[in-house]
Amino acid sequence: MSADMNMSVTGNAPEQLSVQQKLSTALGLAGLLIMTLSVFNIGFQPKTLWLTLSLVLVAAGIIWYTKASYAHKPEGIKNDGVYFKSLTNRGFWAYILGLVFTGFYIVLYFYPSLLGLNSDSANTGVVSLFDPLSVALSGNPASQWFVYGTLYTLAILGFGFKFLWKYRHNSYQRLRTFSVMFFQLGFAFIIPEVMARLNGDDFSLPYYNLVNIWPLNYYNFEQYRVDEFISAGSVGIGLLIFGVASILIITPILTYKYGKRWYCSWVCGCGGLAETAGDSFRHLSDKSQNAWKLERWLVHSIVVFIVISTTAVVYSYLRYDDYWLSGTAFLISVASLLTIVFVWVMVYKRQELQNDAKYAAIGFFVLILALVGLHFSGMSNNIFILEAETLRSSYAFGVGAMFSGVVGVGFYPIFGNRVWCRFGCPMAAILGFQQRLFSKFRITTNGGQCISCGNCSTYCEMGIDVRAYAQKGENIVRSSCVGCGICASVCPRGVLKLENDTPAGRINPQEVLLGNDVDLMDLVNQNK
Amino acid sequence: MARHIRKLSDKRITLISSESEHFFSRTALMYVYMGHMKWNHLKPYEDKFWVKNRLELKQSYVQHVDTQQKQLTFESGEVFSYDKLVIACGSKYNKFGWPGQDAKGVIGLVNKQDLEELEELAPNNKVCKRAVIVGGGLIGVELAEMLSTRNIPVTFLVREKHFWNNVLPAEEAQLIDRHIQEHHIDLRLETNLEEIITDENGKVKSVKIKETGEVLDCDLVGLTPGVSPNVEFLKNSSIDLNRGVLVNRSLETSETDVYAIGDCAEQREPIGNRPPIEAVWYTGRMMGEALAQTLCGNPMEYKPGHWFNSAKFFDIEYQTYGWVFPKPKEGQTDFYWEHEDGKKCIHIQYEKESRIFKGINTFGIRLRHEVFDHWLTKEATVDEVIENLGKANFDPEFYKTYEKQIQNKFKNESKTKAI
Repeated sequence: MSADMNMSVTGNAPEQLSVQQKLSTALGLAGLLIMTLSVFNIGFQPKTLWLTLSLVLVAAGIIWYTKASYAHKPEGIKNDGVYFKSLTNRGFWAYILGLVFTGFYIVLYFYPSLLGLNSDSANTGVVSLFDPLSVALSGNPASQWFVYGTLYTLAILGFGFKFLWKYRHNSYQRLRTFSVMFFQLGFAFIIPEVMARLNGDDFSLPYYNLVNIWPLNYYNFEQYRVDEFISAGSVGIGLLIFGVASILIITPILTYKYGKRWYCSWVCGCGGLAETAGDSFRHLSDKSQNAWKLERWLVHSIVVFIVISTTAVVYSYLRYDDYWLSGTAFLISVASLLTIVFVWVMVYKRQELQNDAKYAAIGFFVLILALVGLHFSGMSNNIFILEAETLRSSYAFGVGAMFSGVVGVGFYPIFGNRVWCRFGCPMAAILGFQQRLFSKFRITTNGGQCISCGNCSTYCEMGIDVRAYAQKGENIVRSSCVGCGICASVCPRGVLKLENDTPAGRINPQEVLLGNDVDLMDLVNQNK
Repeated sequence: MARHIRKLSDKRITLISSESEHFFSRTALMYVYMGHMKWNHLKPYEDKFWVKNRLELKQSYVQHVDTQQKQLTFESGEVFSYDKLVIACGSKYNKFGWPGQDAKGVIGLVNKQDLEELEELAPNNKVCKRAVIVGGGLIGVELAEMLSTRNIPVTFLVREKHFWNNVLPAEEAQLIDRHIQEHHIDLRLETNLEEIITDENGKVKSVKIKETGEVLDCDLVGLTPGVSPNVEFLKNSSIDLNRGVLVNRSLETSETDVYAIGDCAEQREPIGNRPPIEAVWYTGRMMGEALAQTLCGNPMEYKPGHWFNSAKFFDIEYQTYGWVFPKPKEGQTDFYWEHEDGKKCIHIQYEKESRIFKGINTFGIRLRHEVFDHWLTKEATVDEVIENLGKANFDPEFYKTYEKQIQNKFKNESKTKAI
């Protein structure tokens, strides 16, 4: 088997970069080098100049690399040599990059002082390098999160530009990419910083990216934030209501109309980074049935975890402090909401669930109700047995930091660009649950045109075996699909199309495809 | 087919092939060489699928079929008996008796071994300084695209006036001519191969062109002038052969309990406009679907529906529904629209009198199979098709649409014709 797998990597295939590609890479790395050196307190003065220089170098490097890669070629799919390059084929450079990313995230989350964040004195190191920009935006000195946010935004804008060129023939890809670039720059980066400018002694809003919705934003309803929202008067209350409405009203409506792609590949920052900076690694996702099974169990367990954790946290402050909503009322509403969803699914959508999904749904539901019941019966003082704070901090560490950051982005070059979105993101799981059961979105398969080549499956960042459906003439209706549309782009025969259409006929399991004898199609498709 | 039988029956099923351990998608061989995919990605089913469905795989080459004893003899000498035999041995590439055609450095692009050989002969443009491809069809243009991704200069010899002009009308054939040249392929139209010249080691050194006598140095010659059934091993059996294994509409050969499907099967009576041997990926699948029913006690003829096909020429996708011929058939006429960028076009043929729509070629615009199948079945008129073209559009969302342009051109031409 190994000989098979290496078939095309044995020869010295043209994996080398062109001179221009090498020079542009060096230019971009020079920008990063300035930032790296500043970590060691090499006094780059004036800071504004050096910061600008480093950011411009990185951006210029990416733009030049893009031009060198695509400008001289006709429009079309640009996947030549993806599996020959060390960086995109889990080679030496992929592991180096993975280690660098992972290391960066560990320092960022757990050792920010190494970057120059000092708790009781002015910033030093690379954090101080970013002070001028932070002051200009929010009026405050930078933090490690500001450094991260700036680099994150730069990555989405820079590699977004690259993606726009790579897919310059494809309007869907271009619009989608403009959208993630816009939401990152505006909603995730500039607006929250500028909002912070409004904060004063008697008015203060928490740092709030409006499109970072609970449960992705798992801390949105913690007490300090809720208190700040309430204290900020009608604006704050409005934002708080918006936060609750986002998950309960707005996202269900949009997901019904467009599928979860409106969020995951058009708006979300995690998705934005995956689609732009992570684009070169999308083919590395695991397509096996086992990976799919792991995905289903893991991501839904995380949903249950965050529901329990958030409920416990909110309950714990509603219970002892004076808010208009009492702890008990809150707990009953949560339990009722879950019951409604559970009953609806079991009554109307039972036949669409796999057996393991049914068992899991019943199991999780019984678990949550049992815990609530246990608490009301007085047998356990803590709702959900553990301290709310224990739940919260283990989620923040395990899921918030380790999974979404260190593993999610750090391992891009090894496991692909959507590891977090696929295996970890509770938001994606909730939207996906709805997309699978209650949405107009599907990927339509074009009759009998599929040739089973496998480009769609290979380039699916969510690890969906698209071909398995397409070659049977079946539409693709999977909860994990983020609607990036790359399967439809790379398909050489025009087989796939992302569509929002009437729910009827959306799921169309077929045994015999269009193009064959009509009698046979009828016979076999009925007999099923 | 095995998958369909397994759904209906519990009998023992063995798949025999010498090519590879597991089933793979032949149409995607090119993507491995281009670095888009790895070998493993070509396998539509995970390796454990075969075990789970109790489909036994035997990697072996059948040398002899004894239909009396119902036995196969393998290359190794092993004897294997069967109750029912389905021959699906596919095709090999054509050689037309050119001098030097068996030299080292001459390849086709049909099976896994061809791909491995190509990788060895043309890993980069230092080992392979120039390649010559003979035969302007679908595999030829694929091979040209493959080699060009490794910056290997390619000369492409095409017998016809334009690329694939024996299938495509001149308009779209010329559109593809231009696109091939845009990719820096040295396209030589109406040019034939005279001979392949070898060096002292029996390796390809150059080719000689018939028309001009020009000698082109090259390290690789790709022979892609079509394929023919791979039936050598059946010559000493009692099964009736012509070019392929002769079968009736139920896919039965001349011998009982022996069937043939795919592009090694040759229909005794051609079906509609389809050729007796259909070397198209999907007909093999459709024959398998039909034969699976027959074998499981539910006799079913192979009755393909309306013709369709698709391909991709470098960056330009092509689909066809119904029949479009290089020249309209007697009593038919055509309508052609091309976008100003020269990369998108549609070509429709229809009956002059009844105006019944017969078929469409589309380049650079995706169309919906289901809608055209429906129109062909109900014998819609060309006017209805043009009027409702938007319903058949299958391009991704937010793409520019061209129906208005197409409809206007059609209207104008109808007016001029009427005058």
